[in-house]
Amino acid sequence: MKIHEYQAKELLAKFGVPTPKGKVATTVDEAVKIAQDLMCWPLVVKAQVHAGGRGKAGGVKVVKDMEALKAAAEFILNLTIKGIKVRKVLVEPGVDIKKEIYLGVILDRATQRPVVMACAEGGVEIEELAVTNPDAILKLGLPPTYGFRPHHTREIASFLGIPATALKSFNAICNGLIQSFYAVDASLAEINPLAILGNGEALACDAKFNFDENALYKHPDVEALRDDGEEEPLEVVAREKKLNYVKLEGQIGCIVNGAGLAMGTMDIVKHFGGEPANFLDIGGGAKAEQVADALQLITSDKAVNTIFFNIFGGIVRCDLVAQGILDALQKLPDFNVPIVIRLSGTNEEKARAMLQGTALTIAATMAEGAQKAVAISKR
Amino acid sequence: MAILVDDNTRLLIQGITGREGQFHGGQMKAYGTKVVAGVTPGKGGQTTLEDVPVFNTVREAVLATACNTSIIYVPAPFAADAALEAMEAGIKTVIIITEGVPTLEMMTVYHEARRLGVNLVGPNCPGVITPGKAKCGIMPGHIHKPGRVGVISRSGTLTYEIVWELTRAGIGQSSCVGIGGDPIVGTTHLDALKLFNADPETDLVILIGEIGGNNEELAAEWAKANMKKPVIGFIAGLTAPPGKRMGHAGAIISGGAGTAQEKLRVLNDCGIKTAERPDQVPGMVKLALGLA
Repeated sequence: MKIHEYQAKELLAKFGVPTPKGKVATTVDEAVKIAQDLMCWPLVVKAQVHAGGRGKAGGVKVVKDMEALKAAAEFILNLTIKGIKVRKVLVEPGVDIKKEIYLGVILDRATQRPVVMACAEGGVEIEELAVTNPDAILKLGLPPTYGFRPHHTREIASFLGIPATALKSFNAICNGLIQSFYAVDASLAEINPLAILGNGEALACDAKFNFDENALYKHPDVEALRDDGEEEPLEVVAREKKLNYVKLEGQIGCIVNGAGLAMGTMDIVKHFGGEPANFLDIGGGAKAEQVADALQLITSDKAVNTIFFNIFGGIVRCDLVAQGILDALQKLPDFNVPIVIRLSGTNEEKARAMLQGTALTIAATMAEGAQKAVAISKR
Repeated sequence: MAILVDDNTRLLIQGITGREGQFHGGQMKAYGTKVVAGVTPGKGGQTTLEDVPVFNTVREAVLATACNTSIIYVPAPFAADAALEAMEAGIKTVIIITEGVPTLEMMTVYHEARRLGVNLVGPNCPGVITPGKAKCGIMPGHIHKPGRVGVISRSGTLTYEIVWELTRAGIGQSSCVGIGGDPIVGTTHLDALKLFNADPETDLVILIGEIGGNNEELAAEWAKANMKKPVIGFIAGLTAPPGKRMGHAGAIISGGAGTAQEKLRVLNDCGIKTAERPDQVPGMVKLALGLA
């Protein structure tokens, strides 16, 4: 789950991290009101959108007077960045940046612990830098037993060469960032850039969080930050129906039980020259209601012209799954997208017999099913 | 022999009176697994699944039944604690089936398992089966067949698909380990590969991977220098978009890392032949073992 920059900064502020005193606006009038309250120039107007590359897209503007602010807010609120319409802007005081630093914490899968990443060259893509100049990045693993301790902050500050004037505020930023990472079960928390200002202080100028979805149940306050308007609408519907769905750009809708097999199904469709329209894992049960939800979800993507059911019946018997699909189709009398179905495993012959004489195209194997689906899709 | 579970396994089910514990407990028992005890706090003293005694704590279960392996079906908020309880009580093989365990909690469980020398499998996994001897998990037992091919995989149904292809081609399995789809899992591809390499009852290993992390790559690099047996790979998620979680919590391409393309490249560089489709696996196994 992603949150906006302004939400990330509010979260960090609760942990004592100094951030610019900005506010978020959804209209030009609101932006003007915020500017009047802040009473300082220059101001920065920043698009709040769940897409990278907003700077290049013109989503960040520095303005020196009210006319420029209005124009900037108007422009940015009409932008669409990587397919997502900008609906909010953050208006905050511009600051005098002398030096930019990167500071982040990730949950590192390879070492099974949180790792702090720090780099004296901020404002850059850390992934790129990790490839081009890995020695410029400090990677400090936090011990799984006792976690984050004061000496870690000293090591990070020393590596970055933080000037004496900025140490107090840098320490507040570093401590607050790492404590917040643990407190909200983040999978990533980063400040980029962390700025050393002309007045010698340190300030968190931009921030980003990703969260461990498995731990969201512990944090209703974090869950409340979710902004459905920023997400693919079909994925929002899928989440409400408790379906594991990711939209892709193809024409063959895939309905599969199990995440690994669902990925394998997308791949085999592509292997035979088709384009998968989605990832969808309906879980082990494949009950009629779930199947009906899945069919409706997939076909509300108008690009879909064929559906490929790929079900491995293990504990769940294939005949029960077949019955679930037939029941689901009865609930949807107007359904007219061609369906290819492959059921393997327990009671597969019985299941195939049940589906004989229906409009469904039956396949015996995953490869055959994928080939048939691709052929129908291209007709 | 085989790996992790066999006919010496004396299984404890944590969460035995819950819906999953009851259903899969019955299935494991029917397969022939020695299910000797269950734990559900507050239900100690009862008997379930015909003759399995239920205890309030793992320590009581260990004392009374000498159970040596635990399988965990308890809900996600309590699963990490259940694993710690089992390890503290001296159990040396712990399998967490539960999906949705918070990652920071799993971090603690992972490192504690390493410290205590516990074989931890999962979470969010189908479990481990040694066909004909013991089924400790949620996989359908009857699709398996005793034999000499080891299988390692992060996912459930994709593994069943490949195992079913093997069985239908007459190729049996020594053990099949579902290591789980989360970012932090107790047994990695590498750990399982080492166990199979040392197992005299395994002749070849099938390594099934998917997008996210670099677990498959680490296993491949180790295999290049150390593996005495052929390894055949399959990687799912060539068509997965970056930044999206594909069902499994760990199946995500982040910052350009963890793509299926990269994993296939590393596997091939390390001399591991990879299948493009699941149905190609049996033929490749026969070829590698000189059976074709």
